[in-house]
Amino acid sequence: MNTPAPNPAKIIRPPSQWDKSLDRGFIWLTRFFALAIAGILLWIAVQVTIQAAPAIQSSGLGFIFESTWDPVKDQYGVLPQIYGTMVSALIALILAVPIGVGTALLLSENFLPLPIRTVMVFLVELLAAIPSVVYGLWGIFVLIPILKEVGGWLHSQLGWIPFFNTPLAGPGMLPAGVVLAIMILPIITAISRDSLISLPPELRQASLGLGATRWETIFQVLIPAAISGIVGAVMLALGRAMGETMAVTMLIGNANNINISILAPANTIASLLASQFAEASGLQISSLMYAALILFLLTLLVNVLAELIVQKVKRI
Amino acid sequence: MSFSITTTEPQETVFSANDVKVYYGKFLALKGISIDIFKNSVTAFIGPSGCGKSTLLRCFNRLNDLIENFHLEGKIVYHHQNLYDPQVDPVEVRRRIGMVFQKPNPFPKSIYDNVAFGARINGYKGDMDELVEKSLRSAALWDEVKDKLKESGLALSGGQQQRLCIARAIAVQPDAILMDEPCSALDPISTLRVEELIHQLKERYSIIIVTHNMQQASRVADMTAFFNVEPTDKGGRMGYLVEYDRTEVIFQTPKQQATQEYVSGRFG
Ligand SMILES: Nc1ncnc2c1ncn2[C@@H]1O[C@H](COP(=O)(O)OP(=O)(O)O)[C@@H](O)[C@H]1O
Ligand SMILES: [Mg+2]
Repeated sequence: MNTPAPNPAKIIRPPSQWDKSLDRGFIWLTRFFALAIAGILLWIAVQVTIQAAPAIQSSGLGFIFESTWDPVKDQYGVLPQIYGTMVSALIALILAVPIGVGTALLLSENFLPLPIRTVMVFLVELLAAIPSVVYGLWGIFVLIPILKEVGGWLHSQLGWIPFFNTPLAGPGMLPAGVVLAIMILPIITAISRDSLISLPPELRQASLGLGATRWETIFQVLIPAAISGIVGAVMLALGRAMGETMAVTMLIGNANNINISILAPANTIASLLASQFAEASGLQISSLMYAALILFLLTLLVNVLAELIVQKVKRI
Repeated sequence: MSFSITTTEPQETVFSANDVKVYYGKFLALKGISIDIFKNSVTAFIGPSGCGKSTLLRCFNRLNDLIENFHLEGKIVYHHQNLYDPQVDPVEVRRRIGMVFQKPNPFPKSIYDNVAFGARINGYKGDMDELVEKSLRSAALWDEVKDKLKESGLALSGGQQQRLCIARAIAVQPDAILMDEPCSALDPISTLRVEELIHQLKERYSIIIVTHNMQQASRVADMTAFFNVEPTDKGGRMGYLVEYDRTEVIFQTPKQQATQEYVSGRFG
């Protein structure tokens, strides 16, 4: 047990030239990547703005408040599409938030045996892997026929409510909203579940130890503790719903007017872009670019709002 | 096994465990524990890691029910009622028997809401401000937090958080308080404050405290139970109660060799 003391001089080893350049190279590389992401975003924004410039000049801010979209007369306004974007996303959230958070709870608690939960987590994640166009087709061939029944009933029984004052003829706001709800479900479920299962188990024990029931623990301790993650999930889902294109184009009916009834056809900005770009020219292209810019800003607004809400709820 | 406790006067018991065996699945974690816990006194559980102190402690408020493969045989009587009777509602049990954990675990809520939580879910009708103040005072925390009741409980220091957890447990007005190594995450000064607090609390509550710290046991406890662990023939480890007596007896004239070795630090 008598090992010689290590030579203290050995701890002095200045970094070699190679070490230094490796460090510096790594720093520059990460800097480059970080800037590249910001750069791409900025570049897209600039390009879209440049392309939109003629339309911005000819319609100005009136573009946002104008309801006609008439390529023949070269009159463009996107109020109906902004309305459609917001309402379809809202319908999706109203349906998907309770179901998504509920599923997240089911998957984070032990109501079901672990093997079943594992399979369910996998299934929910598979939902996210289905291509958008498949959702569109499924919507046309499966969902719309079902919703026609539901919509017919809503119209005949609750037709006095403005939201249901037209019959559902086929495509419309409701089918688009329902499919969007299914598409954003995995986002809400996965992120909410992650934030619920990453809560310290001590919280649950503290609550139960004070004589709280399971439900009191879930609703008064666990969900409030995970709320910033859940709100983040909802906001991410909202962004996704606002930007979704293919499935919405196939299901919303592409009607460029505002109808208060959610059973009537409508349109969203993303769907307008997808359906008109192929045969657009001149000022119409520019107006589509302007519409894209507005969608960009709307999404940005939602994300900033999300960040603010998350910061606010985190503070407690 | 029964213990001849060297007490001077007869005392009222709060808990009375009778031949309690605890299994986690097939694994026997505690064998045949019989112990009486006395009212308005502090009882310390000491013993090497893994001998089942926490397991036994959690049997008294049925917190082990959360563990899927937990299984208990035997009886724990609390005020003439077997806690493990199928008729007993574990939620009601936990309302009467508070718990303080090893790691301070305040809710991510304000200091006020932390203390008010238990009372609110129990449908407390009285003046909540008064209850919060009273509980924080009993936990010797009021003066430090009275100006920041709306701030998060997580913003307090470790020692303050632990006293907040004690205030939170007291606010439910329990009958007994279980503490599982409440000072192991605290600095020496906070530890002393919590110990002083335990001294005051025993006037109104019956307290069981698990501790790894011999001095702490001798400072705060009236009664001390020493647990040990022995290997089973199937390769498992099972805990058992070696000796239970008044604290000074355990520390000065224990009857068992193992106790003597443990308290004098020659073991574990
Ligand atoms: N949830 C559990 N599942 C299975 N075994 C457990 C569980 N909790 C504790 N044990 C086992 O029970 C024994 C006693 O543990 P514990 O009560 O935590 O001891 P102590 O608190 O005295 O250190 C240990 O062998 C431990 O591995
Ligand atoms: Mg323990």
